[in-house]
Amino acid sequence: MQRRRVLTFGSAGLGAIGLTLFAGWWQVDGPGAAQSDRLRPLALSDMNFRMVDHEGITVTPQSLVGRATMVFFGFTYCPDVCPTTLSDISLWLDDLGNDADELNVVFITVDSERDTVDAMADYVSYFHPAIRGWVGVSDQIAQAADDFRANYEKVPLEDGDYTMNHTASVFLFNPTGEFVSTIDYHEQREFAVPKIRRALKSGADTTS
Amino acid sequence: MRLTAKNTLLAGVLSAFGLTAILSAPVLAGGNDVVVEDAWSRASIGSNRPGVAYMTIRNTGNEAVTLTSIRTDLARMPEIHQTSTNAEGVSSMAPAGELEIAPGGFVALEPGGLHAMLMRLQRPMIEGERFTLTLIFADGAEKTVNVPIFGIAARGPES
Ligand SMILES: [Cu+2]
Repeated sequence: MQRRRVLTFGSAGLGAIGLTLFAGWWQVDGPGAAQSDRLRPLALSDMNFRMVDHEGITVTPQSLVGRATMVFFGFTYCPDVCPTTLSDISLWLDDLGNDADELNVVFITVDSERDTVDAMADYVSYFHPAIRGWVGVSDQIAQAADDFRANYEKVPLEDGDYTMNHTASVFLFNPTGEFVSTIDYHEQREFAVPKIRRALKSGADTTS
Repeated sequence: MRLTAKNTLLAGVLSAFGLTAILSAPVLAGGNDVVVEDAWSRASIGSNRPGVAYMTIRNTGNEAVTLTSIRTDLARMPEIHQTSTNAEGVSSMAPAGELEIAPGGFVALEPGGLHAMLMRLQRPMIEGERFTLTLIFADGAEKTVNVPIFGIAARGPES
């Protein structure tokens, strides 16, 4: 078994925390933003997959065009990142108030084996009611991840079960379905909500 | 102020022979100097999915302490995990290994970082209930924590 030691914070570590925060800002929002290195997701209208939502209704990315859209990949057996992000999203939606009504919010599973319609329905019921859960067969999930330029990978756990590595960024699209920006994991709410508002406002007249 | 594996082994051997007292300076820190704050966890949906618990573990002693494992009757395979997110924005988690906490230092188990991963739940984690989790340190000391279970969408110790 792996015996890697993890450095912990002593009182002298506070300066390091400050440095880390700065480095985080530099990379995420500052001049060092690496977003351009990543491939941009396709426009929703150019995507090519079909899934089923948590109510059993067939859905496609095209069905999202017309309203701004927020998409997050994950799986319902995810103990840490997914519930954290979904509760972050729930909080952002509360902050948006009535504007949240103008937004599609979609949680797409990367776990075709365990995430059935029922499992997804159960799971999303604990978060903001605007959040829709999408499930699908493995080749449709693969196509979805491809279209969003997202990654995922099945990884065995020591207990014989498995977990999924997956892109944890939230993707934002404008009402015409064009990709606008991502909200990265750990990004502060002060940055997230304005980004969503920008996606809500940005339309065909501002993008070519 | 790192406690190497060799030191730990030596100290273990010495104490097994009752020789620790002969050494003038204490070789090992007390896991007894550990204080746990803000423990919380999220409810589970059934018992097939892994659970998770968070807390801040503070070392109030003068020597480093090393958290080696955790134990709870709630889960057959509890383990400290670390979540990390790479430059492409992909999140993954892996066993964190041993956690050394410097004197006066702390380690925070919090969403998106370190967490107590509760694999193979023996029963569902129900909102409003509590469970006990025992932290086991390199010197054999144990610290038992009473962890409250909040809702699935809980965000922190105060929710
Ligand atoms: Cu874990």
